[in-house]
This record gives sequence, structure tokens and C-alpha cells, in this order.
Amino acid sequence: MRCWIVTLIGVACWAAPPPKPANYVPPHTADGQPDIQGVWNNATLTPLERPAALASKAFFTPAEATAYEKLALEQNNRDRRGTDATSDLAGAYNQAWFDRGSKVVPTLRTSLIVDPADGKIPYSVEGEKRMAAAADYARAHPTDGPENLALADRCILWATAGPPMLPGPYNSNYQIFQAPGYVAILIEMIHDVRIIPLDRRPHLPGSVRQWLGDSRGHWEGNTLVVETTNFTDKSHFRGATGNMRLTERFTRTDANTLTYDFTVEDPATFTKPWTASIPMAKSAGPIYEYACHEGNYAVPGILGGARAQEAAVAAGK
Amino acid sequence: MITAAAVAGMLSLVALPAAAQGTASRGPRTADGKPNLNGIWQVLTEANWDLQGHAAAAGPMIPLGAIGAMPPGQGVVEGEEIPYKPEALATKKANFADRLKLDPEVKCYLPGVPRATYMPFPFQIVQTPKFILISYEYANAARTIYMEDPGPPPVDSWMGQSVGHWEGDTLVVDVTGFNDQTWFDRAGDYHTDALHVVERYTLRGPDTLMYEATIEDKNVFTKPWKISMPIYRRLEKNVQLMEFKCVEFVEELMYGQYRKKTAK
Repeated sequence: MRCWIVTLIGVACWAAPPPKPANYVPPHTADGQPDIQGVWNNATLTPLERPAALASKAFFTPAEATAYEKLALEQNNRDRRGTDATSDLAGAYNQAWFDRGSKVVPTLRTSLIVDPADGKIPYSVEGEKRMAAAADYARAHPTDGPENLALADRCILWATAGPPMLPGPYNSNYQIFQAPGYVAILIEMIHDVRIIPLDRRPHLPGSVRQWLGDSRGHWEGNTLVVETTNFTDKSHFRGATGNMRLTERFTRTDANTLTYDFTVEDPATFTKPWTASIPMAKSAGPIYEYACHEGNYAVPGILGGARAQEAAVAAGK
Repeated sequence: MITAAAVAGMLSLVALPAAAQGTASRGPRTADGKPNLNGIWQVLTEANWDLQGHAAAAGPMIPLGAIGAMPPGQGVVEGEEIPYKPEALATKKANFADRLKLDPEVKCYLPGVPRATYMPFPFQIVQTPKFILISYEYANAARTIYMEDPGPPPVDSWMGQSVGHWEGDTLVVDVTGFNDQTWFDRAGDYHTDALHVVERYTLRGPDTLMYEATIEDKNVFTKPWKISMPIYRRLEKNVQLMEFKCVEFVEELMYGQYRKKTAK
């Protein structure tokens, strides 16, 4: 048992954090890679950034974690049905739809971000300025055309599906396949696939940019290290530019846990690199087909609705 | 001296059906002794324009000129003609006449099977003993071939549910659980949700994969029919699948009518 002073008035105790059994020996594939195959789920109630209310608290006590989980589930489950059609549509999602899991991460850390120590994304002034300008533009032009809508609404890129891969509101499922020279990750959310070559080949030319970037991997002991560059400026993970450099580390820490750490670097947006750690739990699967664009009624609905409203206003109704 | 391996070889010759013997794999093998299908592959055929034999023709978009014209193809259908029921043939012709509006490829929709195979884009096979992932460059389409039967498909889908097994050196994939939304080509060839596809992948050498698909749909065809074509390995240095996330390219087409008109 270790104890840390977490506030001026309190001491939090928990069992040996972080629980990373370095002695776990993963099985290996026929070509000698540590075997990280299978369906993995990264749903968790722990937020990426530490909530303001927990500013001085890096870790929950077990009792606090239980209380937080209960509250989070109640909030997700509360009756959001509105009294009119508009509020009903805007808030009708509840736990029947959400699948954020029912637990915080086993370390009881209050954020997925482990570095910096305050659990917050270290935005630079320049980064904040650029994001504020983008938000201002979005408020002024919410529905002019499809490019003004969220990438997820457009079924182009799901902000949490990665890379990097964060827990989403639902469908936080990933299947990993390994063949000689490659690791492939099938992402359930809008059916993206990441194919990661392990042969130390160079990245695509800097002039070639992709929504999911360009990934290269290699093994460091039992850890798969994946470097991703060549993002587009439109991918804007947490406000980052296309020059974001992402380093992901996948380590099987026990038979049913794949520990996923990632570090984001983008000097144009962040004052320093920041790192998050997310446990992925083995899941029975299967991965379903998420045919997002094929069933996209949101884009014509949102834009068509906006045009109908404007027409009504113009007609003085 | 007769070795155990030789005996096993003779036995397997006896046990294998003639068809499997005739297509014995001549390519590389995986650690578990199966033909190694790993790699990046692509067809070289005009099948996506029209599975049946066709002469060159103008395309549906006049401004595209020769870029949009249909290249000629000798056809990939065994027996040349797809055995349509008469009323279904009328639907196919109507599909073709209205193809700019109706072909799911125009809208960047998932291509279904077997069309994903002969889209003019590469695909990558990631082969493991239990699952074989096929990742298609077009529209980020993907399918997982289950080498252990997962039971009936839980729900209809665009890419169907694929269940594979080895017949000798041929990977046989049984695909069911389709919806009725995909087409087979740009010529309006279509199916219903009764579609059942059986694919056969056989290595012919290190860089050539022979592909066959038997297509069955009692609502549309009078009998099952078969297509076949070679698939070639992409051999460029450092070749990789790139992104063809085409949704962005069809937004103006699909949603342009809802765009806010700028003040005049």
C-alpha cells in the first residue's frame, strides 16, 4: 500500500500504482512477434483530461472511484427526453446507446493523461488562439455546407477512433491482426483500418497527407511502438496541426489487458509533448460493420433543416 | 524408403478433390503450412465497368471525354451471359440507364463482395490462422474472414459475413448476410439480400492469385453463375495501401442542394 498526499487536508491510499506487471510474458506469433491479437475494448469512465472539480487530485481513493462511477452512470442514464420535439431529438441518447463502460481505469487516476502531472493538455497560447478562431468561425457558419459539420457527422473521421485511439461514446472496439511484417488494426467506429508496416521503411513524402496519417511500427521488447506522421491539417486531433507527431506504445500487460500509451507532439499547438495511458480490455467480439456514410441522414437533415428554417424566416413565418 | 511425408503426400492426393489438385499452390507458405496470401494485390481487368464482355463506349459524363469513357473488356463471366430472370434483366437495364444516380460506387458506398475484389484499387490481405483481414483501399472497406464458423450472420451488412476454410491449397470463402444495396459493376448488375457468394482464392505462383466467385440469388438469377480472374501482387518498393476516403469527394454531389446560397 502506498499513500500520497493529494490535498492539503487529505491522504489517498491505493494498492501499488500503476499496476504494470513487467514480468508478464505474452505469447508470441509464429513469426516471433509478441502476440497482441484479438478484439480489444478501450471504454472507460475516466476522462482524457482531469475534470476541473478534481484539480488537485491525481488519483481517486477506491471509495471515491465507486462514487464517481455511480454518478457518471446516473448521468448517462438520466431521462433526457424533452418536452418538445427539438429537445427530445437533441438529447434522446441514453445508456441504451452509450457504451462508455462502467468503471474508471484500474490505476484510479482521475485522467487518462499521465503527463503532464496536472492531467491537462498543455495548449500553447498560439494553439489556443487558433482553436478559438476555429470555434468562432464554426459558430458563425454552423450549417453553411457539409464542410462546416463535424467530421464524425460527415462520416469522414471519428475523433476518438484514432489515431490516437481514445474511448468513444460507443463502439470502442478494435481488432488487431498480425502477419509477418505487419500489424493491422480494424477499428469498429466507421470501419477504418490501420495497417502498420514493421520493416522500418521511410514515411510517405511530406507532401502526401492522410486523415489517419502514415504509421510505421517496430518492436521494442514486448512493446509495439508506432510512429505516425503525415496527418492533414483537417484531421486536427484536439486542435493539432497536420505536423502532429504521434507515438503509440502497445504492451500486453496481462492476458486480458493491452496497455496503450500515446504521446502527442505538435509545437505549433502544445507547449510540450503530452502522454495518455489507456487500458484496453480483451473482448469476445465480434466487430460489426459500421456503415456510417451509407446511412447518413444527419448531414442532409441538418443542412436541409437549416435551409427550411431560413426559408421560414424569410417568409416571415 | 518411403517417408512419412511421402505417405502423407500420397494420401492427400487420394483425399483431395480433383479440382483442388489441379490448382495446387505454387507460392509461399505461412508458418502453419497454408498458402501465404499475405500481401497487397490488385486486379487488372475491366470487370468493374461490366462483368460481361463489352466494346469500348462513351461514358455517362460528356465533359470527361476520353477520361470517362468505358474501356473494352472480354468479360469475366463463365458462359458469357449472367443468367437473369426476365424481369430482373429489365431492372438491370433500368439500373444502367440511371447509373449516375443509382450506382452505389458513385456515392462512395461500401462495394460489397465480390465487387470489392475488382475495384480498380489495391487491397491488402493480413492472414492469420483464425482470421484473415482484407483491407480494401477503396472507401476503407474491410472484411474479416472467420476461419472458425461464427454461426449465422447477426445482421445484414454491405460487406456480408465471410466464413473461410481451406480445400487443399485453395481458400474457400462463403459469404452471406448481405443487404440489397450493392451492385456487381457499373453496368447495373445487381442482387437482393438473398445473395450468396462463394469465393475461391488459389496461389498460382508467388505473385499471382487466381480468383473465382460463384454467385447465387434466387430472386434475380435462374441459376448460380461464376466469374474468374487473376489478381496480381503489387511489387513496387515500399508499396502500401493509401487512403481513399471518398466521402469527402461526394458531399457536393449528395448534399450540394442543401448548401447555403451566398447573398447575391
